[in-house]
Amino acid sequence: MELKTVQTHHVPVRYFEGGRGPDLVYLHGAGGVTAEDPFLAALAASHHVVAPLVPGYGDSEECPEIRDMLDFTLHTWDVVAALGLKDPILVGHSMGGMIAAEMAAVQPNDISRLALIAPAGLWDDDHPIADLFSILPFEMPALLFHDAEAGAAIMTSGLSVEDPNFLQTYLVTNARQLGMAGRILFPIPERGLASRLYRIKAKTVIVWGDSDKLIPPTYAHGFKKGIAGSQLVSIPEAGHMVILEKTQAVADAIATLG
Amino acid sequence: MKFTWFNLMPWPYLPDDFRETNRSVWVDIDQKLFDPVKSHEVYNTYMDLLEYADTLGFDGIGVNEHHQNGYGIMPSPNIIAAGLARRTKDAALVVLGNSIALYNPPVRVAEEFAMLDCISGGRLVAGFPVGTSMDTNFCYGQIPSLTREKYAEAHELIKKAWTTREPFAFNGRYNKLRHVNIWPRPIQQPMPPVHIPGGGSVETYDFCIDNTYSYSYLSFTGYIRAKALMDGYWKRVEERGAPDKSPYRAGFAQTICVAETDEEAERLYAPHIDYFYNRCLHVYPGFADAPGYRTIKTIQTGALSQYGRPQGFNELTWKDLTEGGHVIAGSPETVRQRIEELAKGLHVGNLFCLMHVGNMPAEKCMYSTRLFAEKVMPKLRNVFPDYADDGRFWCKPIPNRVSAGSLPAAPSRAPIPAE
Repeated sequence: MELKTVQTHHVPVRYFEGGRGPDLVYLHGAGGVTAEDPFLAALAASHHVVAPLVPGYGDSEECPEIRDMLDFTLHTWDVVAALGLKDPILVGHSMGGMIAAEMAAVQPNDISRLALIAPAGLWDDDHPIADLFSILPFEMPALLFHDAEAGAAIMTSGLSVEDPNFLQTYLVTNARQLGMAGRILFPIPERGLASRLYRIKAKTVIVWGDSDKLIPPTYAHGFKKGIAGSQLVSIPEAGHMVILEKTQAVADAIATLG
Repeated sequence: MKFTWFNLMPWPYLPDDFRETNRSVWVDIDQKLFDPVKSHEVYNTYMDLLEYADTLGFDGIGVNEHHQNGYGIMPSPNIIAAGLARRTKDAALVVLGNSIALYNPPVRVAEEFAMLDCISGGRLVAGFPVGTSMDTNFCYGQIPSLTREKYAEAHELIKKAWTTREPFAFNGRYNKLRHVNIWPRPIQQPMPPVHIPGGGSVETYDFCIDNTYSYSYLSFTGYIRAKALMDGYWKRVEERGAPDKSPYRAGFAQTICVAETDEEAERLYAPHIDYFYNRCLHVYPGFADAPGYRTIKTIQTGALSQYGRPQGFNELTWKDLTEGGHVIAGSPETVRQRIEELAKGLHVGNLFCLMHVGNMPAEKCMYSTRLFAEKVMPKLRNVFPDYADDGRFWCKPIPNRVSAGSLPAAPSRAPIPAE
């Protein structure tokens, strides 16, 4: 994947681009995305993939003007427009899924294919989503992965979660990235999406890891019920980071959108 | 120097194994540890102690705001201050402060502070903290990376509400108000003095310097560790071109315990110091700093150890705490020397004396307080003779004040009109 920059109304936006095929826009989760992400590679095998970074993620510029859900939604539409894309397949994971769903709800005629992978955006008092913002680094792998040990190795590229080098970078990155994500996820990752889901017209596939401990799979039913005609693909032995634990299975589910 | 007697109002009944059996003293502290019936006496004793400090000649009595916190059972300092306003005569009511980003609309803070100023006859010293991440983000749900913006707007609104003499419209991002017209308004003109608690960010230094507010460093780790931070503040005061370096531009909180001798101080106060430093300050590190609350620079210079897997806790001993300056304790002469060292070393004119510590019973607290007032305070009054007349950072009460119990005798028949 190649890292590029596109100018938008608010701020220059960094994005990864790669692959050939139908246009696909991928919106990353609160943890961000890198050029080496195997999920991007899997999507790029059959698609022209564009994965913009939320301002403040990676090395991209922060954007104080993007404060609330509508700002995030319209800004991301601005990015799609700036890239000259028309009706791309829209894919979002976790926070990215929340943004993608909002985009499809506010401009239902501009998106005909939508994939939501363990998206945030709904809240059920009986199944509270864990507080991502007070979790300590060493607690993170068990929350995000079906296989916590393997997950820890993925998160840290082999370093210990208590290694000072890992921690320093992790905390600075978190302050920037989760600081930005907090505008739509803190303290409860819900900004009224439930009342707008009905507007989505896109052919939609919802993908969830069976052992997602961050956003429990029960939330899949809320999305399925809210989006007419949507399909649910449940993936066994995968947690919230299903895109890393069962990369090909998720790519296959997206492929059903055509 | 100005001495303010401060009470954090810690819950005195945390169990011995609190640290082992609880994740945090703050945010998600176990509900079962609070006993409302016991709190009846705790609150009243704590308020009595604040009133006692007034009778001994402290310049101020101080309260602050914390939420869901086992060492500060004062979510609304204004309620405590209202009680104190009625029952005290001379001391400034130092409310340090109201976390103004939390109130919607913040006009409420302008109103309540105005009420306190009116009831007390102009004795309010107001405080506007941004608030800790625990209180502001984790308890009160403010979005971390927008907290400071919201704070700045709240400050602008409160200041304008206090100083504008006709109704005005306020079209803020977080507050849209068509008719701002606070009624009552404060006695002190143009507005009460303001102290800002801060933790070392240059933005807060500049905010204080530009508005002529006093910068308060409220730490529990004492004056020795505070040197670098306060030096940074004074350097900034100079760089920013402030007209003077009055020590009253700064305040500092210090735990203080006085006895007849150093040995007696250890014997009397060590258990309560231990309770506070080893039990009350047990905060889950995940609540310390919601991502986006602090600046990148602060994180880069900060310690990382707390973000690792919890290790065994090293208890701080009396020796550690007194030698490290967390606690200034001992005979009146020992305490006097060390506070003089603090005042001159940090160049601080406003001292917030943390004299009720942990689970200290009232009689010990009164003993320490009285010795301080009689044998320490008088000798330190004039540490900064050049700035003796600097009244910019302190309240200006009206001369003829009434207090509780000023009604005439109950009339036995219909009062006769004066005319």
